[in-house]
Amino acid sequence: MHELIHWLLEPFQYTFMLRALAAVWIAGCACSVIGAYVVLRGMAFLGDALAHAILPGIAVGYLVSGGLTSGLFWWGMGTAIAASLGIGTVSRKSRLKKDTTIGIFLAGLFALGIALISTLRDYAVDLSHLLFGNVLSVSGYDLGLMAGFGLLVLVAVGLFYKEFLIISFDPVLARTLRLPVRVLESALLILLAITIVVSLQAVGIALMLALLVTPAATAYLVTRRLPAMMAVACLSTTLSGILGLYLSFYASVAAGPAVVLVCTMFFIITYLATSLRRRRTESAPVP
Amino acid sequence: MSRHLPFFSEHADHEAAADALTVSGLCHHYGNRPSLKDVTFSINRGERVAVVGPNGAGKSTLFQLIAGILEPDAGTISIYGHRPARHFCIAYVVQRSQVDWSFPVTVSDVVMMGRAGEIGPLRRPGRTDREKVDRSLADVGLYELRNRRIRELSGGQQQRMFIARALAQEATLMLMDEPFNGLDFQSQRAILDIIDTLGERGVTILVATHDLDIAARRFERVLLLNTGMIGIGPAAELFTAGRIQAAFGQHSHTIQLDDGLLIVQDSCCSGGNPPDA
Repeated sequence: MHELIHWLLEPFQYTFMLRALAAVWIAGCACSVIGAYVVLRGMAFLGDALAHAILPGIAVGYLVSGGLTSGLFWWGMGTAIAASLGIGTVSRKSRLKKDTTIGIFLAGLFALGIALISTLRDYAVDLSHLLFGNVLSVSGYDLGLMAGFGLLVLVAVGLFYKEFLIISFDPVLARTLRLPVRVLESALLILLAITIVVSLQAVGIALMLALLVTPAATAYLVTRRLPAMMAVACLSTTLSGILGLYLSFYASVAAGPAVVLVCTMFFIITYLATSLRRRRTESAPVP
Repeated sequence: MSRHLPFFSEHADHEAAADALTVSGLCHHYGNRPSLKDVTFSINRGERVAVVGPNGAGKSTLFQLIAGILEPDAGTISIYGHRPARHFCIAYVVQRSQVDWSFPVTVSDVVMMGRAGEIGPLRRPGRTDREKVDRSLADVGLYELRNRRIRELSGGQQQRMFIARALAQEATLMLMDEPFNGLDFQSQRAILDIIDTLGERGVTILVATHDLDIAARRFERVLLLNTGMIGIGPAAELFTAGRIQAAFGQHSHTIQLDDGLLIVQDSCCSGGNPPDA
């Protein structure tokens, strides 16, 4: 018993592990709430593209500061917001299918980001941090920014909950109620952009999509209403964060992928359990 | 009421003397293809009108124009004396096939959405709103099912849920797009009865349908549409062999019987040629 407690407490005697836990929790909750909209509105591809599109901005920040990481949050934030508004305009005006246009622009931007970073020496390490996260080296300053902007996302969703619900479920009603649909859609995109930057250090660009869709999808399977879906998604990422960090600490797995793997495992278990239950209720005799 | 947030609009006052709906010279195109040509009519308060025409006749387009979701290429629409964009008392019930029934919301969540215009931004639903939602649900006989997830409802119940939402919205003009599609007779009757009650309460209702029988039996007037306007009036006067032919073309057949006109209708496909083509 004593050994188990020691084993459980051991990782979190280190400040970097506590910071990592806080970072994963903040990122996870922001991603869960925004991820619910991503799943319900079918914006998964958009979210993935947006995450990739901020790389050139961060790269420029990197080059300008000569490899310092403290200002990168702001560079990321600026690029993400610009990219989210750009995506909105591009997808409205496009003559090709939306996802094609988004794909072209954002893959291009991603290439630009990699090209810029590749001009630095030792770029492989820096790039891998950006792509897969480096939650074990989050600074106190970054953690503060993450908490502030994470809270901003939650408050904004809380304030405009009913409007975001209506534009997602029934755009026609939104129009007949004369809600400012375009402004609200842009606001949702900006919140998605902020969430991505908040989560950048936790899981990185390449794994961002997992944090956006997986917990929300898991929660969708077991809940009846949107607020519950958001809450269960938060719970699922929180648990994934804790378990993922243990996995990372004891099995020396990179933290970002470890958290994502636990998230995915939760989804698979939930999916199997709900399918099983559904099959049982369907085959039950009608009273 | 605090609606003074940028981008959120105020509701227009209704002119006391104005008709519920006046449409004049309305034209709309999708690309080069005309979807509505020179449509003119007006509708009194509390009137129930069936909008009848084959698929592709422009019924949905007309509704979207009246609701202010589309802008006309020519012509004007006036609702209680103002253009559509200044009202949020218009309820547009879309076809059931256009709704995402897997969305995680309950019946009363959906009905509460109708209150959003009245509640205004940055505010939560209060007791009055919840009471209105409950009463609207009771009016359409769905109160017992208020906590069900929407995908658990039958087709008729889904349609009634949207009527309840229009009630919660305090809509004075209701547009319903093909509400009877895919419903059994009993569900159709339930909805028609509710529509009658609403008419008595002064709600103006336009129902798009391709069912001539329902249109003739249960509505005060019928608007016959096939891109152009073929006519508007009580079914007894409006339904002549010539007009039915103009609306439905090869997909209908009329037989003159001693006690009236028998119309045999093909339930599929598009209609005849537009009247002036």
